[in-house]
Amino acid sequence: MGKTLTVEVVTPDGLIIKDQYDMVVVHTELGEVGILPEHAPLIAPLTISTARLKRDGEAMKVAIGGGFIEVDRNHITILAQSAETPAKIDVQRARKAKERAERRIKQKRDHVDFRRAELALKRAINRLNLINED
Amino acid sequence: MTPSLREIQKRINSTEKTKKITNAMHMVAASKLGKSETNNEAFIPYAEKIEEMVHHIVESYGDHQHPILIPRKVKKVAYFVVTSDRGLAGPFNSQVLRKLEELIHKRHRTSKEYTIISIGRMGRDYFKSRNMPVLRSVTDLPDHPYFSDLEDLTFDTVQFFVDGEFDQLEMVYNHFVSAVSQEVRVKKILPLVNEDDVDQLKTTKHSEFLFEPNEEQILKTLLPQYAESLIYGAFLESKASENAARMNAMRNATDNADNMISDLRLQYNRARQAQITQELSEIISGAEAQDD
Repeated sequence: MGKTLTVEVVTPDGLIIKDQYDMVVVHTELGEVGILPEHAPLIAPLTISTARLKRDGEAMKVAIGGGFIEVDRNHITILAQSAETPAKIDVQRARKAKERAERRIKQKRDHVDFRRAELALKRAINRLNLINED
Repeated sequence: MTPSLREIQKRINSTEKTKKITNAMHMVAASKLGKSETNNEAFIPYAEKIEEMVHHIVESYGDHQHPILIPRKVKKVAYFVVTSDRGLAGPFNSQVLRKLEELIHKRHRTSKEYTIISIGRMGRDYFKSRNMPVLRSVTDLPDHPYFSDLEDLTFDTVQFFVDGEFDQLEMVYNHFVSAVSQEVRVKKILPLVNEDDVDQLKTTKHSEFLFEPNEEQILKTLLPQYAESLIYGAFLESKASENAARMNAMRNATDNADNMISDLRLQYNRARQAQITQELSEIISGAEAQDD
């Protein structure tokens, strides 16, 4: 049996996933990175994006609301502010969040508000994209 | 004059009703406390991991330049106070509000030297009614919050600090010791590293991580998130404390109602006995009068 990766997806709301996978593909700020067993120790920030956890040719998708990945001796920790598998995504809520964020961005009240709305919008779009891909 | 039997019975009935309510509130709070403790536990792995990551990076990257790490001249302090929306939670709100007010009066002369960020209706109303500056306030947060419920506030709070709106952030909240004990805690959150921590971090070097793109870039996103997680952690604790405090307050109220009911029953029985005795003595004296 080949080596596998122990993957943990941790959010403030709890441990979302803890399982063995063959390969992990994530989006860091420098671009897409695929991680196989025996990868060098690494810490990198993740963008608001989809992470793919692969096992036996099948990929499990997880919507990541921004965070970090740590690779340490075949042990991968994805530390995310939010993380959802497709089944856990609330489409209604994501749509509403998207509309709200778009409204806020149009109003342009102050720069803090603007940046926050931008992030909320990205997260909502990310969630909706993941659902639509399937 | 002693109250009539009817009056006593009325008071017993109304106390029974109150007891039913306080008892129900006790049960509700107890079940919410259980859920709050679960939420706290779910948060621990994240808190530990993010702290570990911060340590990894600060270790390998000695010369930290990020504003979150650098203490600056303190011209304005922000106090982040966590209260509840509803009362009936014993000293939960009053002790934290009193503590903060004392602290402010001791440390500051004018309202320009501090500002308040508040969670909960109690905190907001208390400081607004005293004309103290409230920078941000959030009410009506759910009993079992998700991180996203508080995200806007934590994000803004850290951003305000980075932008120089204030130079230090302290949290004032009810620390959860156990279901029967909660204590007010004042905890400095920003700037992040105080000098003891820095020394401690420098002495343990063992990381050989690769940082992409580089330490500085990672710190830029990691540190605000770390600070946000500290705020969220304190909020979760306060939530557990609130439910514990309410549970205890309601249990005491139920116990008091029990005592009161048993006192009233005694009073009722005495009054009834007195009435019977009086009636008897009237009958007997009437009978004796006829005998003569």
